[in-house]
Amino acid sequence: MAGVKAVEFDLAQVPLREVNRYLHRDAQAEGVTHVRISNPDGAHSIVCGLAHPFDVEIDGHVGYYVGGMNQRANITVRGNAGPGAGENMMSGTIRIEGFASTGAGASAHGGCLIVQGDASLRCGISLKGGDIVVGGSVGSFSAFMAQAGRIVICEDASDALGDSLYEAVIYLRGKVRSLGADAQFEPMRPADFKAVAELLGVAGFKHEPRDFRRIASAKSLYHWNADSNQEY
Amino acid sequence: MCGIVGLLIKNPACRDRLGELMVPMLVGMSSRGPDSAGLAVFSEPLPSPQYKLSLYSGSAAVDWSRLLDQLAAAFEHQHHLSASANHAVLTTVADLHALVKWLGANAPSVHVLSVGRSIDLYKDTGPPAEIAERYAFDRLRGTHLIGHTRMATESAVTPAHAHPFTAGHDFCLVHNGSLSNPHLVRRKLEPLGIRFVTDNDTEAACRYFEWRMREGDSLVTAVQRGFEELDGFFTFLMGTDEEILIVRDPFACKPAMVAETDDYVAIASEFRSLAHLPGIRHAAVFEPKPAEVYSWRV
Repeated sequence: MAGVKAVEFDLAQVPLREVNRYLHRDAQAEGVTHVRISNPDGAHSIVCGLAHPFDVEIDGHVGYYVGGMNQRANITVRGNAGPGAGENMMSGTIRIEGFASTGAGASAHGGCLIVQGDASLRCGISLKGGDIVVGGSVGSFSAFMAQAGRIVICEDASDALGDSLYEAVIYLRGKVRSLGADAQFEPMRPADFKAVAELLGVAGFKHEPRDFRRIASAKSLYHWNADSNQEY
Repeated sequence: MCGIVGLLIKNPACRDRLGELMVPMLVGMSSRGPDSAGLAVFSEPLPSPQYKLSLYSGSAAVDWSRLLDQLAAAFEHQHHLSASANHAVLTTVADLHALVKWLGANAPSVHVLSVGRSIDLYKDTGPPAEIAERYAFDRLRGTHLIGHTRMATESAVTPAHAHPFTAGHDFCLVHNGSLSNPHLVRRKLEPLGIRFVTDNDTEAACRYFEWRMREGDSLVTAVQRGFEELDGFFTFLMGTDEEILIVRDPFACKPAMVAETDDYVAIASEFRSLAHLPGIRHAAVFEPKPAEVYSWRV
């Protein structure tokens, strides 16, 4: 295929630091478009900080911070991810085909993180504008203090979902064990159905947007009220 | 930070490989715990009334064969001592209380690391790879083990503060995390006659669970009761002669990963300590959920 230049790295043979350095410094100048990484074996910080639109495939389970700070790259992990997958990503797409550990998509500013399995606790904590689509369920404290962006959850959520939310919006298909402080269910509007349809389409998940419920901030925590006696 | 590892062999044909499979798991957690390491290995229990003690002499040179002669003179029972450098396993039928008292008086540099019919325990300060080599961990055989690599946060770096901690017979615990109320637990247990060896937070948890089991709780019940009594962050991994058990605090502050095949159940703080195991590509890999108790029996 014209315009395709693929490189492959076996992390059982090549130090991860060399791989990341090559992808940061040299790969774009050499016209690389596709990157394939084998034997990740749970290593940390694989393909962190990419700034070019590479298509990256990682064949196996990864450790902490895969694709952290990602810009523009499309990363697929054919396995599970450790804590902090896609943490602070700015743009691009990260797809985890297995499950993601704690803090998936934490403080992501942009781009889309797709977790095909479950995401553990604190998924999308402090989200700042990115999108997260979880095919399974999310753990407790997901979307805690999420400021902007959208989180689609195709199965259930555990405790304190959306605690202290700002302007981020959550779409939940299944049950929630408890909502966090100041999070509330709200009616789905046409723009919400459209957003859910769009994000399900990006993720390739076959669900009906009408089965999702919207959760957003009641905004009662937005202003400090000295008379409220710590009750909100 | 700290690293934990556990391995239970389901297929008896693999029990000779317990140590060999475990060493890369333990060494793989070196960056999480570079200052000390230890492990407890469980094997087929000795026939009653025999039991064994793991003994440790630290930097003191001990003439183990002389110690054995002295023991034979002091106690008329048969004793067997298997020694390697500063570590030995003493098998005996002598009265435990009298034996420990005798050791304190006659071999003050020898510390008792564990007591039981099934458990052998090793722990020391230094990088995990060095400790694994020092005690030939790769040659260990048995049904199951739990291990730990320590990055000290709450108390001193000494062999006594290294994990696993033990209490009672054939019970041990390793911990990734920190407890915020160990002194409260200690003040509750000490008036009951429970003696502490260190000021380490994990020891409080270990002695609490062992006390609950002596009071009649199963280990699972003791752990569930622990959610009310122990405050802090934890992934606890425990071993008895019959089972291994893992539990994470309700916030899942500390990581854990489990891989299970027909041949074994392997547990580690991170997947990178499991990646080398045979058949790992087809293993069922999962993260224990917070505040849920998972256990596997031999």
